[in-house]
Amino acid sequence: MAKFKAKKQNIAIDMTPMVDLAFLLITFFMLTVKFRAPEAIEVDLPSSIADTPLPAQDILTISVSADGRIFFGVDSKHTRLAILEKIKDRYGYQFTDKEKQIFSVLAEVGVPFEQLKSYLSLSDMERKAMDKRVSIPVDSSNNQLKQWILFARYSNPKIRIAIRADEKAPYPVIARIIETLKDQKVHRFNLISTLEAQPKT
Amino acid sequence: MAAEVGGDSGAPKKGKKKGKARKPKKRPRIDMTPMVDLGFLLLTFFVLTTTMSTPNTMPVVVPPKITEKDEVEPPKIAEGKVITLLVGRGKVYYYVGVEKPELFVTDFSPKTGIRKVLLDRRAEVEQRYGKADEMIVIIKMLEEAQYKDFVDILDEMAIIQQKKYALVDITEEEKGMVEDYKKSLNLSS
Repeated sequence: MAKFKAKKQNIAIDMTPMVDLAFLLITFFMLTVKFRAPEAIEVDLPSSIADTPLPAQDILTISVSADGRIFFGVDSKHTRLAILEKIKDRYGYQFTDKEKQIFSVLAEVGVPFEQLKSYLSLSDMERKAMDKRVSIPVDSSNNQLKQWILFARYSNPKIRIAIRADEKAPYPVIARIIETLKDQKVHRFNLISTLEAQPKT
Repeated sequence: MAAEVGGDSGAPKKGKKKGKARKPKKRPRIDMTPMVDLGFLLLTFFVLTTTMSTPNTMPVVVPPKITEKDEVEPPKIAEGKVITLLVGRGKVYYYVGVEKPELFVTDFSPKTGIRKVLLDRRAEVEQRYGKADEMIVIIKMLEEAQYKDFVDILDEMAIIQQKKYALVDITEEEKGMVEDYKKSLNLSS
């Protein structure tokens, strides 16, 4: 009786095509990846049916955290440096090359101008810790967001304004921001949201 | 014969031409497993870090401020065309008209919420004025509202393709109306 004993067979799979594929995909992702600059605050975006993609360039983002703290960011290094230059001219703070370099790679800042210099001299970790408690002032007596926007628009006249707020951000903060924008005759801006399916009618 | 050589990594061939001087042509086989491991590790890394979906934006246009210097008056609108929404946290209070309005409450639920109210109101306006796009929606945000509510209500405008709407500051009177309404709810329940 022929008993079928499974032969112990070492199967060698030819992995070459798999490796080819894997490396092809790696190459693809490496080339397409655009590292997101680390954002200073976490934001859960609300969803909407809006499907216009956010333009990649010339964008000024005003971020609002869930607890209503305001951060400011622009997309290009060039604009950031120009803004820093304007802060220097306006408020008389001197920045070292190292501080300039650090500022030029920060995606978002949320410190009042008075603290900017000391903020830039901190280490990454300390900066992160500080990001958890600071906010750009928007009170009517000391509206620094207005200055930031002004500087950004001087530095890059083409810049468009987008609000990137957490879905739990309290509305009064948003209202203050809209008010600030209106003061500068910005009547058209964008709200950043994630896509949600259009309801069937 | 030659094909058998090197079938598995380094397992010595038994028998056959043992001890013969002629070295068989060995095609070295490279074990690719580590490379594949590494490859997929990198692949995973890039797949996870890449941001494929770019966020979308919702354009908003707000009316310019009317200061005393400007010699324009705020536009006058017919009472019958207006519906005012007072948006709170997850809730929408609304009233129709201006004189002694009665406040109602609804929410953002897709079938029965504010969308239905607006569509009904639009039908009403159409019957009265002959055109559906005569309806004007005034949006006022309550302080208790969150950003989500703001986006939701603007989204509703986009969904029902309501072009005429305005974002207006809330008045003390209206805040009072909402407070009274909430109180009356508490009493009745």
